[in-house]
Amino acid sequence: MSEMTYAQALNQALREEMRRDETVFLLGEDIAGYGGAFKVTQGLLDEFGPERVRNTPIAEYGIVGLAVGAALTGCRPVAEIMYMDFMALAIDQLANQAAKMRYMFGGKARVPMVVRAQEGAGRSNAAQHSQSLEAWFVHIPGIYVAIPSTPRDAKGLLKTAIRDDNPVMFIEHKLLYATRGEVPAGDDIIPLGQADVKRPGRDVTVVAVSRMVHVALQAAEQLQADGVEAEVIDPRTLVPLDVRTIADSVRRTHRLVIVHEAAERGGVSGEIAMAVMPEVFDYLDAPITRVTAPNSPVPFNARLEGRFIPTPERVAAAVRSLL
Amino acid sequence: MKHRAGRARQEGDAGALPLEKLLGMYRGMVKIRQFEEKAKELFQQALIRGGVHFYIGQEAVAVGACAALREDDYITSNHRGHGHCIAKGGRLDLMMAELMGKATGYCKGKGGSMHIADLDRGILGANGLVGGSMPIAAGAALSAKLRGTGQVTVSFFGDGGANIGAFHESLNFAAIWKLPVVYVCENNLYAISTCAAEATAVENIADRAAGYNIPGVIVDGQDILAVYDAVSQAVQRARRGEGPSLLEAKTYRFEGHFTGDPGVGYRTKEEVEAWRQRDPIAKFRDDLTATAGVDEAQLKAIWDEAAQELEAAVAFAKASPEPADEELLTDIYA
Repeated sequence: MSEMTYAQALNQALREEMRRDETVFLLGEDIAGYGGAFKVTQGLLDEFGPERVRNTPIAEYGIVGLAVGAALTGCRPVAEIMYMDFMALAIDQLANQAAKMRYMFGGKARVPMVVRAQEGAGRSNAAQHSQSLEAWFVHIPGIYVAIPSTPRDAKGLLKTAIRDDNPVMFIEHKLLYATRGEVPAGDDIIPLGQADVKRPGRDVTVVAVSRMVHVALQAAEQLQADGVEAEVIDPRTLVPLDVRTIADSVRRTHRLVIVHEAAERGGVSGEIAMAVMPEVFDYLDAPITRVTAPNSPVPFNARLEGRFIPTPERVAAAVRSLL
Repeated sequence: MKHRAGRARQEGDAGALPLEKLLGMYRGMVKIRQFEEKAKELFQQALIRGGVHFYIGQEAVAVGACAALREDDYITSNHRGHGHCIAKGGRLDLMMAELMGKATGYCKGKGGSMHIADLDRGILGANGLVGGSMPIAAGAALSAKLRGTGQVTVSFFGDGGANIGAFHESLNFAAIWKLPVVYVCENNLYAISTCAAEATAVENIADRAAGYNIPGVIVDGQDILAVYDAVSQAVQRARRGEGPSLLEAKTYRFEGHFTGDPGVGYRTKEEVEAWRQRDPIAKFRDDLTATAGVDEAQLKAIWDEAAQELEAAVAFAKASPEPADEELLTDIYA
């Protein structure tokens, strides 16, 4: 066990998987000597060389498209898309090509690829560099969606994603890269579809996604002062979704609040709520509720941005409204 | 770097290739023509649903290009993909069953005409998105390079595909990384109803090769030996590690864009008729008899054999079962 940042944990995962399997290679903008815009790939060029750590032109469609072709023919590419917002440029290759090939080709194709991208607001990066777009990918059958909130989960899930034979959209958060946490040494593999109870509690279940896990944990601290024990669950992957862990929790707590930084409309909160509804309806003491960003673009102004991003206070208030 | 490949080159003469190879190429073209004519008939009988994009008139391009490839080389294709698949060795019975949506088809009936793939034969799939397979071809070429296999990828696309962003990103990637890929543009003059001249500022798609510092070659797409010759040179260059090429085959689809388009209105009868006079199969037949010493009886035997194979393929497809209901939810994830 050693302490490291989320970015270092991702770097370790890439390094270990590239050592383990020579078909793993990386491609993306400024990922080689520069080490990536968020320094996740720092030092990998030195160890693995320019054939396996490939700087690309600014061409997101091509980056993901080349990854699809390489994955289809025996490699395990890991593509880095600098900002999640830029997936708008690449989504055809992920959604119409990678996600469909196995099905369209009658089960014969394997497309083992990972697309890494970071999302989220909080740095005054404004509307085209701050969106949380995980719901786009959740909606497309044929892709898995991983969205870790801690260094340990980041490392364990990225290793799993690289070894998986399906396309995986791997979603990081720009404000998490510098956060620190304990990471077990060696192969600490975290399976897809296994939620993690980040804090146990008896009074309410709070399901939170990505950085909102930390916001929910802060809310739980505030609630504890009032004698309210919130259980905080991080699904860690949205596809597959660990419905059982969430539903088991809600059957005990009788209340569910879902928190994400993505805009409310069409966000994954709706999906999570409907996925657990048949399991928990008879146990609910209050309507399922959600705390999300509003249905607006992400503003530049720091004060407005602060109002855009869900806060511990808003999460705590949502919980209190159910009690 | 652009040059025009032509029949004047020595290698382009039918007599310069082994007879068995020439007859194999003729067989490939005939198989495509018969397959497409049959598919048209079956569509009219409602035994094939959806839409089918016929390759009739363009046979020389697919067969000429694939004749220049090794068995383990890759191709990527587009919506008009039957010809590419047959030219690369795809099986007629599995194709026909797929067109009819049968469980025995290439894709268990879950892909249909526009999504046939045979990964064991290097056929990385037809593709329903115009330009969609172009970066995939570059990726397959990158994979071959990384794995050190010496495989080359040929990417077929049309004049329509040349105008989508995928074209630029893919050719640029292939050029900067010297990837072993050959981009073969089948310029059949129309993207559905839109004339290439209306949608393209350059006279020739191949002119754009200059923008990527790669060879750009124009060939007569109705002349299989010219296609074979040009693709062979590009493939050899790719295999030597010298990078990609852009070939433009000037060709024509004799039919409409797909089963629902009669192919008139945007094309004059005179134009269609003039191109039909340049039938690539008739031309090759003339070449074979004139310069390779092949007689009509040999060619008729090939035609008849192909017809028998097709008849068996249709019978197989008709007799095959529909996919089971459970297939709806299989093959989504590995």
